[in-house]
Parts: sequence; C-alpha cells; structure tokens
Amino acid sequence: MKHLLSAADLDRDAAVHVLDTAAQMAATQAREIKKLPTLRGKTVVNLFFEDSTRTRISFETAAKRLSADVINFSAKGSSVSKGESLKDTALTLQAMGADAVVVRHHASGAPHRLAHAGWVGSSVINAGDGTHQHPTQALLDAFTLRRHLAGTATDREGIGRDLAGLHVAIVGDVLHSRVARSNVQLLHTLGARVTLVAPPTLVPVGAHAWSCAISYHLDEVLAQQPDAIMMLRVQRERMGTEGGGSAVGFFPSPLEYTRAYGLDARRLARLPEHAIVLHPGPMNRGLEISADAADSPRAVIVEQVSNGVAVRMAVLYLLLAKERETLA
Amino acid sequence: MSSGPAVPTVPASDRPDPGPGAEVLGPEEIARALTRIAHEVLERNKGAADVVLLGIPTRGLPLAHRLAARIAQVEGLDPAGLVGALDVTMYRDDLHRHPTRSIGSTELPVDLDDKVVVLVDDVLFSGRTIRAALDALNDLGRPRAVQLAVLVDRGHRELPIRADYVGKNLPTSLTEKVAVRLVETDGVDAVRIEGGER
Repeated sequence: MKHLLSAADLDRDAAVHVLDTAAQMAATQAREIKKLPTLRGKTVVNLFFEDSTRTRISFETAAKRLSADVINFSAKGSSVSKGESLKDTALTLQAMGADAVVVRHHASGAPHRLAHAGWVGSSVINAGDGTHQHPTQALLDAFTLRRHLAGTATDREGIGRDLAGLHVAIVGDVLHSRVARSNVQLLHTLGARVTLVAPPTLVPVGAHAWSCAISYHLDEVLAQQPDAIMMLRVQRERMGTEGGGSAVGFFPSPLEYTRAYGLDARRLARLPEHAIVLHPGPMNRGLEISADAADSPRAVIVEQVSNGVAVRMAVLYLLLAKERETLA
Repeated sequence: MSSGPAVPTVPASDRPDPGPGAEVLGPEEIARALTRIAHEVLERNKGAADVVLLGIPTRGLPLAHRLAARIAQVEGLDPAGLVGALDVTMYRDDLHRHPTRSIGSTELPVDLDDKVVVLVDDVLFSGRTIRAALDALNDLGRPRAVQLAVLVDRGHRELPIRADYVGKNLPTSLTEKVAVRLVETDGVDAVRIEGGER
C-alpha cells in the first residue's frame, strides 16, 4: 500500500491489520515517554486547502510522536490564495522532499489526482476530499467500535477481530458527509451491518446502491436496537446559507430537524445497554445531538479524538516505515 | 517395512516436521540449556528479587516464559510477576530496508526503574535487535542493570554487544541460517542450521 485515498482501498485483512497496528500505537501513547524514533528523518506535509482543526492537529501529533518532521501548509496565507494551482503546489512540495502528503481539499478527487498524476513521488493520505472520502476517520470510528463492542474479557482490544455481527446506525446529513461514505464502505468490509438514517432530502442520489440499509425514521431504527449510533454534523456551510437563511430547502427548520433526527436523552434511553454514541465532530449541540447525549458516559466522542492519533500513527507507520517503492 | 530407516526415529506422526537442515539442539538440550541459564541468572543476581525477564517477540517471548517458570520454581515465586514482553519493531534501524513489519505488543509486569532487566532472545547475530531493545528500554524506565540471555550465539556481531548468558555458541558462516523452532510458536523444539555450502 503506497497511498490511502479511500476506505475502499482496504480489504478486510488490510483494515484489521491497520486496526491491530493502531492498538499497539495506542498502547505506546499510555507511556510517560510517548515519542518513538520510528520515522526519524521522514517529512510529512499537511496540505490543507480547507479549514480543519482536529484532523490537522491529529495528523500533526501522530507524525511528531513517530519523530517525523511536520510541515503545515494551509491554503489561507499561502500562495494558493494568490492563485497557485494544485499542480504547482505539489511540485513545490516534491522539491522539498516530502515523504508523505496529507491532503484535505474541498474538491472530491483532489487527493487521487495528486497521487496518480505523477507530480509527486510521496505517499498521499486523504484527510477528507469534498463530499467523497475521509478514510482515516472511518478507521478511527471502526477502531473505537471494535474497542468497545468486539473486545473480550481476555483481549480488551479485540486484536485480529473484525466487526462481524454489529449493527451501526449512521444518522444525519449523509448527503454532504464524506465520513458517512467512508464508514459505509469500511464497516461493510469489516462485516458490520449499517443503516443510514436521514431525511429524504439529505440522502444522496444513488445511495440505494450502497451496501447498507436506508431509513427515513430514526425511531424505527432505534427500535431495531443498534449496537452503536453515529451522529453526523449538519453541514450548514455546504447547504448554501449565504442568503442568511438556515439550511435552505433541506429541512423546514432546525427545530423540526432536531425533533425528527436529533439524539436526545429520551432517544438515548431507548438504545440497548451496551450501545455507544459516536460523532466525528465538531458537534452542533442542540441540533443533531443534545448536550445530555453528548456528555453522557455512553458517548465516546472524546475517546474518538485520542483514537484518531493512534490510527493516524498506524497509517503513517504502514505507509512510510518500509523500503521505498521506486518512483513510477 | 523391509527397508526402514537405518537409524530408528520417533514416528513422524508423533513429532511435527522439524524442517530442513542439520539439527544442533533437540528438545532435551534446549531444556537443559534453559535450566542452566535460569540458575546462572539467580547466581549472578543473588536471587530473583529485582529481576525482570523481558522476551523479545517472536521467539524470545516463549523462552522468557520458560526461564521465568524455572526461576519461579527455584525461588518459590509467581512467574507472572517476573516476565514481560518488549517489542522493538519501532526502534529498528532497518525499517526502510524491508517490507512493513507488524508491531508486537510490549507488556511490563512491573515498573522497570532500579530493576535488573534480563533481555531474552532466541539468536544473537548482528546485535542490532539488542541495540533496538536497549533504545526501547531507555523510553520505558531506568533499570539498574541490563543483561542479555540468548539460546544461540552465532557470531558475526556488527555492534559492540555481547550476551551474559548463552545456551550454545554456534560458529556459523554468513551463508548459513540458524532456525530456532519452539513448541509455543512452531509445534516443535529444535535449533537447526540450514543452507551454506556442504
């Protein structure tokens, strides 16, 4: 594996291998000295064309814990705002000798272009492209799910296991969510059953061909007693709110959305005893998730963040700590 | 039946195939070497009070457990508190020369500060694994002393590292391969030399 562009790049064994590696990385992060010398001398460039706090910080932390040098590059305040093309930016990075490029871009497919256009010889990791893919988020969600739901008394981490038999509900703005797309693919690969829950206006065209069930009613899905529920952020910045209105056309009002699709204490109580609540963040408290639900002990949202560092360490390790593949 | 093997051996069904090459240590020799090393560790450290055995995966780990069982038997201790695992993958200096290696787990039975750590591995060759282990230890604590026990020392050191306890010194040529097989990982106890010019 040279690049990680999509959750579909991973088959079951490769995905389980990433999760097992992440479990070992997580174990090292419980130590007093968290830094490992593994990627000494390697350079990781964070190339962010879109705002991001947690993903960028998570990748930066992961690379630094493995002793790689990190160069942060955000489109704001760079020559991209002067009109530089993706190609010229990439050639500049290549000249600087980057071993891995972590890229987030508002255009779906930009990381794929970067990886396969022959501009750079480094590994490309997709950190979110448009409404397409966010594979490391799906991996950290799968890692969190496995830790809580597939571990046994003797093996808390569930090393070597997949997610067979689990039922995961993904609720909310599926249309704009690259997290949902990556999760549907990866969770299916790992053997879990996925149900997408969204208002019809927020279900993308063609979603019925995905390897998951689709429901328009959250309460009906809760009655099926899912093992985990993943709330998606309502991405109002992608809903054309420039007119000053709120989420034009996708749902009548925030209040009505909350009533039909929001997770509150009442709905939380209807989930089975062992079920956990995930959210990729940042949360709109009071819209898709209530403060009660977000702060309940069953919400693993903060743990998702620390698992994100371990998963990204695993991905960087698996892509970079090996003999260099010859440049095409 | 008429033309059986010249040397009578255990039927193949009782012992799994030990692999190619010439056997240099069998199950009994391995057991005796480990018993001797266990006593040497106790003698040198005047008991097992501060001793922690850390096995280096893959095959150092079962060896460390066997040594711990012997030491615990002699001293009347609980073997679980004596033995742990030290994975050195992320400290290796040859990661960029191989395909991706899987990372094993590190488990410490106790805090290592002011303990005597005995590293346990199957074969001592270039010494680079032990160099990585010393670096890994450095990040985990500050032992009072670090010692090294190996089942086989085959020579050809590339670093100034030597073993404190050796099961068997085995002079080899660089073209030969020393294969250690253990019941826990391979179903059979054997040390064999493979390859080389015969």
